[in-house]
Amino acid sequence: MEEILGIPMPLLFGQLLLGLINGAFYALLSLGLAVIFGMLNVINFTHGAQFMMGAFVAWMLLHYLGIGYWGALILAPLIVGFTGIILEKTMIARLYKLDHLYGLLLTFGVGLIIEGLFRNEFGSSGLPYRIPPELSGAWDLGFMFMPVYRGWVVVVAIVMCLATWLVIEKTKIGSYLRAATENPALVQAFGINVPRMMTLTYGAGVALAAFAGVLAAPIYSVNPQMGANLIIIVFAVVVIGGMGSILGSVVTGFGLGVVEGLTKVFYPEASSTVIFVVMAIVLLARPAGLFGRS
Amino acid sequence: MAAPGGFSGTDFKQEDSVFLGFSKAQLLAFAAMVAFIVISPFFLYPVFLMKLLCFALFACAFNLLIGYVGLLSFGHAAYFGMGGYLAGHAAKVWGLPPELAVLTGGAVGALLGLIIGWIAIRRQGIYFAMITLAFAQMVYFFSVQAPFTGGEDGIQSIPRGKFLGVFDLSSDMTMYWLVAGIFLIGFLLVHRIVHSPFGMVLKSIRENEPRATSLGYRTDDYKLMAFVLSAGLSGVAGGLKSIVFGIATLTDVFWTMSGEVVLMSLVGGLGTIFGPVVGAAVIITMQNYLAEFGAWVTVIQGVIFVLCVLAFRRGVVGEIGNWLRVRL
Repeated sequence: MEEILGIPMPLLFGQLLLGLINGAFYALLSLGLAVIFGMLNVINFTHGAQFMMGAFVAWMLLHYLGIGYWGALILAPLIVGFTGIILEKTMIARLYKLDHLYGLLLTFGVGLIIEGLFRNEFGSSGLPYRIPPELSGAWDLGFMFMPVYRGWVVVVAIVMCLATWLVIEKTKIGSYLRAATENPALVQAFGINVPRMMTLTYGAGVALAAFAGVLAAPIYSVNPQMGANLIIIVFAVVVIGGMGSILGSVVTGFGLGVVEGLTKVFYPEASSTVIFVVMAIVLLARPAGLFGRS
Repeated sequence: MAAPGGFSGTDFKQEDSVFLGFSKAQLLAFAAMVAFIVISPFFLYPVFLMKLLCFALFACAFNLLIGYVGLLSFGHAAYFGMGGYLAGHAAKVWGLPPELAVLTGGAVGALLGLIIGWIAIRRQGIYFAMITLAFAQMVYFFSVQAPFTGGEDGIQSIPRGKFLGVFDLSSDMTMYWLVAGIFLIGFLLVHRIVHSPFGMVLKSIRENEPRATSLGYRTDDYKLMAFVLSAGLSGVAGGLKSIVFGIATLTDVFWTMSGEVVLMSLVGGLGTIFGPVVGAAVIITMQNYLAEFGAWVTVIQGVIFVLCVLAFRRGVVGEIGNWLRVRL
């Protein structure tokens, strides 16, 4: 068996791939958080619960309506995004004039409600969701077997991140969004409906979280806690990357996934804490984050 | 006056201190609280009351930071839980008497607070909350793996021992008086800190940090000191809890615990001296009566969070104080 640095190659590349997949979820979730924060100045603590809802809606679509993976990939983000729009309209919008921390507390509370409701309904043991037949199986890459679905997740996540970046940086809507992030009052004065933009931005960020949830459903078991623990790591990712740039959060997300994967190979005991250690180092060296503007 | 929607209780005119820095209204409230603490064990279950007092102390420590410095720490479970683990370890493995075990818990909380606080105060507001939460999760993962915490089982059958080598704490009533005493000392300590010149500087940082800096205060030093005090008291509360119940588990270091202490302070009233005590009483009583409903407790806690933030930002004590036009 071939080895690199005394580590068998399949193990190394296997963990690297797992790292990339975790990184894909970090990137998608921190991207949504950054978009929402840029526009609304709210840290969306419900993000983890909305990720979990995406996975559950996919499961429910399959079991109650017989709609499979491909339909769920479109429908689940729309449904969950719509609940996000209602949440923004009825609750979050009331808090814009207050200290930003109230937004954090509100979304934390909403997250608890959603998580508790799903735990009551579905228990906490987790439900299986099958990989769609088109994406099952594995490729033989010579040095390792790569499950097709995992490769798909990484590719789709990258495409999704790039698409978000293109929309924000290169389209008219995106330019409104960037302008409203800088100076909402002035943009409003130009006749653009800023409150509606905030609502739609929140909905889009939530839809992105739900999309990640559908992607995650066949990999992790679908359970009510799947988002809560992930979102805290994503917060660390956001602190490390800084929320200033879209590409920054994507690069940080994938990068930290890989760092975590490599730690699992070389020093497994630290794999659950390595991201927080990186966060401490970044805060000491560059408090605004790697891509942040202070 | 607090800025509109500022993250603190309503401030009325500073009233003259009658006793121990308490105003007349506060003194009345304090007397009522002491009377309740003295009388309640004769008609309520002492173990329940001890749990309540441990959490009340924890919430007071947390409120010192959010109510008077304006820093929202979302990771206070780390100090509470680690204080609990180390106090349990000290009492069980090192054989320390309960008073020293609880102090060990406090020292560990303070030390952990010094390290985490030193890094976290580099950022403000929302980032501060996310950083403290992330570090607390790191402490949680550490607790899952570290050998002395017992992993999923926790540290079990921690002995209560004898206070000062004389008073046998295996009797619930004796234990209760010790817990009540430590709670009152902690409560008065927080009150004293808030009303000291040091506390005035903290409040000025809460209201306007750049201005405090321009007046020549090293605001980072003040914030860090408040953070260490708050973390240390949380460690004492956690240590006390593990001595009372004889067990220290992962629940106390998990992020849900950090959320609970935020909820207690919010329900009672941020930036009020009695708020955290009332908030802890409300939440612990609710958990006690709803324990059999499982995940509904989480749902109800979430609903209370949402209601407090949307409609009830002053909290119970803050609303009462506002209604009576006094500061409590």
